Amino acid sequence: MGGSNGEDGGKDRFPIGMRVLAVDDDPICLKVLENLLRKCQYHVTTTNQAITALKMLRENRSRYDLVISDVNMPDMDGFKLLELVGLEMDLPVIMLSAHSDTKLVMKGITHGACDYLLKPVRMEELKNIWQHVVRKKKPDSKDHSNSTNQDKAWGGAGEAGPTSSSSDQKVNKKRKEQSEDEDEDGEDNGHDNEDPSTQKKPRVVWSVELHRKFVSAVNQLGLDKAVPKKILDLMNVEGLTRENVASHLQKYRLYLKRLSSVAAQQANMVAALGSKDPSYLRMSSLDGFGDFRTLTGPGRLSSASLSSYQPGGMFGRLNSSAALSVRGISSGVIQQGHSQTLNNSINGLGKIQPAVLPANKNQSGTLFQGIPTSVELCQLSQNKSSNPFGEFNRINDPNAFGVASNFPDARVTVGSSSNNLPTASGNPLLLQANTRQTHTGAFGNPSSLGVSSLNQEPFDMHVQGSYNFPDHGRCSENWQGAVQLSSFLSNSLSTSEAFNHEQMPSNNLQESISWPSSHLSNSPLDLSSPLANTTNLDSRGPRGDISQVGLNNNVIQNIDYRTKQQWGDQRHDYNGNSFSRVDSLVSACVPVVDQSNVVGDKLNDVSLFGQLNGDSAYVVTHLEGEKSAFDTKLRSNEDFVFEQPKPHNGFSQNNFEPLENIMMSMIKSEQNNESPLVDGEFGFDAYSLGSCI
Amino acid sequence: MAIAALKTQRRNLVQSMFDEGVLDNQFNQLQDLQDSSNPNFVEEVISLFCNDAERIITELNRYLNDQNVDFSKLDSYVHQLKGSSSSIGAYRLKLACVNLRQASEERNMEECAGAFNSIRREYYVVRSKLQVLIQLERHIVNLENQQ
Repeated sequence: MGGSNGEDGGKDRFPIGMRVLAVDDDPICLKVLENLLRKCQYHVTTTNQAITALKMLRENRSRYDLVISDVNMPDMDGFKLLELVGLEMDLPVIMLSAHSDTKLVMKGITHGACDYLLKPVRMEELKNIWQHVVRKKKPDSKDHSNSTNQDKAWGGAGEAGPTSSSSDQKVNKKRKEQSEDEDEDGEDNGHDNEDPSTQKKPRVVWSVELHRKFVSAVNQLGLDKAVPKKILDLMNVEGLTRENVASHLQKYRLYLKRLSSVAAQQANMVAALGSKDPSYLRMSSLDGFGDFRTLTGPGRLSSASLSSYQPGGMFGRLNSSAALSVRGISSGVIQQGHSQTLNNSINGLGKIQPAVLPANKNQSGTLFQGIPTSVELCQLSQNKSSNPFGEFNRINDPNAFGVASNFPDARVTVGSSSNNLPTASGNPLLLQANTRQTHTGAFGNPSSLGVSSLNQEPFDMHVQGSYNFPDHGRCSENWQGAVQLSSFLSNSLSTSEAFNHEQMPSNNLQESISWPSSHLSNSPLDLSSPLANTTNLDSRGPRGDISQVGLNNNVIQNIDYRTKQQWGDQRHDYNGNSFSRVDSLVSACVPVVDQSNVVGDKLNDVSLFGQLNGDSAYVVTHLEGEKSAFDTKLRSNEDFVFEQPKPHNGFSQNNFEPLENIMMSMIKSEQNNESPLVDGEFGFDAYSLGSCI
Repeated sequence: MAIAALKTQRRNLVQSMFDEGVLDNQFNQLQDLQDSSNPNFVEEVISLFCNDAERIITELNRYLNDQNVDFSKLDSYVHQLKGSSSSIGAYRLKLACVNLRQASEERNMEECAGAFNSIRREYYVVRSKLQVLIQLERHIVNLENQQ
């Protein structure tokens, strides 16, 4: 609805000059409508094709205030157009039809129509349509502030940067819309709640190094006999408490479980886990991915989305939990480039909240714009704001990052950025996500750990944990894409509110879910996974959207589409967490992860990350997440991935494009390493992860 | 004087169409939309309508005469015609469309044939009357311009 804002003349004399886009295949109706609208002193643009209308809207969404569309059109279903417009541009849409079927009217309303008019349209009715524009804008501001607050609380609120505000609004709006379907409000609240709780605990960043020690200690003791106290002693790390170890161990166990279940699907994963610590990370990532996938199911992108979280812009949007996840990813991603930033970001993640990675904005800005989930991302951005992600984008495959692919970067960034993580404002999200999830501890990347800590806050960014993105550089790229996806997902993620809940902030994050690169893809997704799995992912809920965004352009599209839909459903499916969304995200991410296969393997050490091929060895240690969650996630992701293609039509292809590229890049880079995880895990068909591998 | 007479004639024609239900209030809206900035609006809409309606009626005819009637296609065309006739205010034609839609839903071929015939009939009625109206309009405008 930028229209009203951007408009110079119309604004002042609103509703006079309100810019309407009328779409109807019937030339008579269109002509009559056009003239009626002109009579009302609106500014009218007409087209008889829905596809053209979409194009026009996408070109410059701020050019219009309102859309009126017929229901029955030959080239595209009016409801579909309605959904797309609502999702992508968040403009009020009025449906028109010659039929007064109650069912149709209901369908229109549930798809988000502001109003449903019957033909013939009368002047009196048209005279009042401007109310919808006002109505839509108003709540936004309110939401905006609310969400902003919430996001901030979560650290992810899209407010991260200047763009965030608008994105925030959008996010809010979207979130709002989504919340209508899903309980956005609840989630938001949850976020707030989570925030304080998570913040209380000091987060331990499970760097790759740390995680490696942890894993070796566990292996030494034997998984069965591994008790936190003993592990702690063996690790001999100053400042590490038994609680830290305990929660990390929990995550690790989950991760392992997930891995084994996933292993059924992919032998790699299991092997990776068992082999070495780093692999744990990797595995984690896998888990993360897997989880993510499941998490993201709808949001497959979540991880990806995170990546895509355009560091700056996206994060802001990520507001929704998804955002967090994404953020985590983004952070991770960002880290890549900035590796340092990541750490920072990650640290900052905690603060990320509205920080939509301002830094990243450059990249993700676009991605998540729409995605509410970006909120989380925002968080990431916050930390690093902008750098990490931005960097990610640059990393490896900017395209790849698209969403899923991005994650790998993200992961990497997270991991790699391990250094950055702490700062990764943007990353923090990722990191956090990772941290949480990364039981793997092996984050290897100190930065990644940082991320985890970040998660604590609203950042569901579980992804963080895994972000061991050693490959920060790579991850970024992917991430970028992912972020984009995430953003996309974010939108969808809005639903991911569930994510937020999951926010595992409290402990998981700390664990720094090191999602092995594989997670990276999930990273965004991971967020979801963590959410789903471990409470960490709380934020995942929303992340679901993220996944959508990040992973594939397609995915995103679908995700969004799906996410929206799925969120409602998925949320429950997944571990109870809003994962469903996350899954989508994760799913999205998953692809990324594959690339990061390296991650999985690499988890061993930071090198893993580095090896992640840039995919950002997400060491997403979903492990934390409940294995089941993971499984679910995987499943969901798959579903999600597939599903996505459908909605894809309308979807913001725009965003996704880059993601896909990124993903591809990521995948390619990753291929060297262990992609198997990713592929296997997620079954992202969409993402050519398989190909990556 | 000629103009006044013509205007009366026009008014009567329109009134009779209203009375017979050939046109409804929507047509008034169209007339209201015509103004100095839009002088030929009504005529443009009417000609658009006629073209479109004829096209649809031809299609309907074709589908109805098929061995296996594709009712969904039929339905979408009828829907279209219903939309345009209601937009222009062709009331009786719109009703005929509703009937055909109903018959089509019931898959009742006989009813469909009957409903289609009434659509065709109503269309010709409204078209011829509207054409007379247009002629009157043009004539009036010409006379007014001459003055």
